[in-house]
Amino acid sequence: MITVNNRDELSWHDGMTVQDILDVMGYTYVLIMVTVNGVLVHSEDYSGTKVPDEADVRVIHIMHGG
Amino acid sequence: MTLLPLDRNELFDRNVPGTTPVLNQMRVGIAGCGGLGSIAAVSLARAGLGYLILADYDRIELSNLNRQHYFVSDIGRYKTDALAEHLRAVNPRIRLTLHSCRLTPENLLNIYSTADLLIEAFDRAEDKIWLIETWSRGASSKPVIVGNGLAGYGRNHEIQITRTGNVYFCGDMTSQMSMGLCAPRVAIVANMQANLAVELLMDTRCHDHSE
Repeated sequence: MITVNNRDELSWHDGMTVQDILDVMGYTYVLIMVTVNGVLVHSEDYSGTKVPDEADVRVIHIMHGG
Repeated sequence: MTLLPLDRNELFDRNVPGTTPVLNQMRVGIAGCGGLGSIAAVSLARAGLGYLILADYDRIELSNLNRQHYFVSDIGRYKTDALAEHLRAVNPRIRLTLHSCRLTPENLLNIYSTADLLIEAFDRAEDKIWLIETWSRGASSKPVIVGNGLAGYGRNHEIQITRTGNVYFCGDMTSQMSMGLCAPRVAIVANMQANLAVELLMDTRCHDHSE
């Protein structure tokens, strides 16, 4: 089981990638940051980064303004 | 400006006991000197931080004054230069390094190489993302404190700190600049960044001393 943003739970499967999670969760906003167990995953690595079972995944929307 | 003789002990007489000598030795980088950056810098100077590294390519416009720590007399000046003057008006002994240039993924790590932590204070989300990615690649053991969601007014209860690894996000995580930027909410997030910076710097020093 994968936990996303301390809220949503997804069934884990072998070979599951960050991109798989984004697709299943329906994230289409491009200005996001993703961490897996506290480690930042760079956008070019979403498809190649496998997520372990029981992972804590955070998908953070980055907002304009400063 | 005429500077009165300044007694550091008196200047920081009301500080939290034990913080002044620690913070005086610390260096904080601030990326961007707009609403978040200028206000966080002033708070850190008042808190007794010894060294700030400031960078911003922009000059001050009238439209900045609704939320940034500048004045009508500053219009047209580089933000770094004006902010340095305001910080020295608080503490003439604060040490500053100023970079009136555009920050890029290529120069970020070099400019902030000596900082103990970095405060992100950009406008654009795209810039926040490359800053976080670049910092995490090159300075992953040092914290970066990001402003994320500070637009509009009210909704104090929605402003929070979210941590993932060494990246700390301050803000409501949802409001966009297109809602408009209002001084109180920008200042809350900027001061939350500054407050967290003080906490992390004090924790770092306490941890170092315990080893």
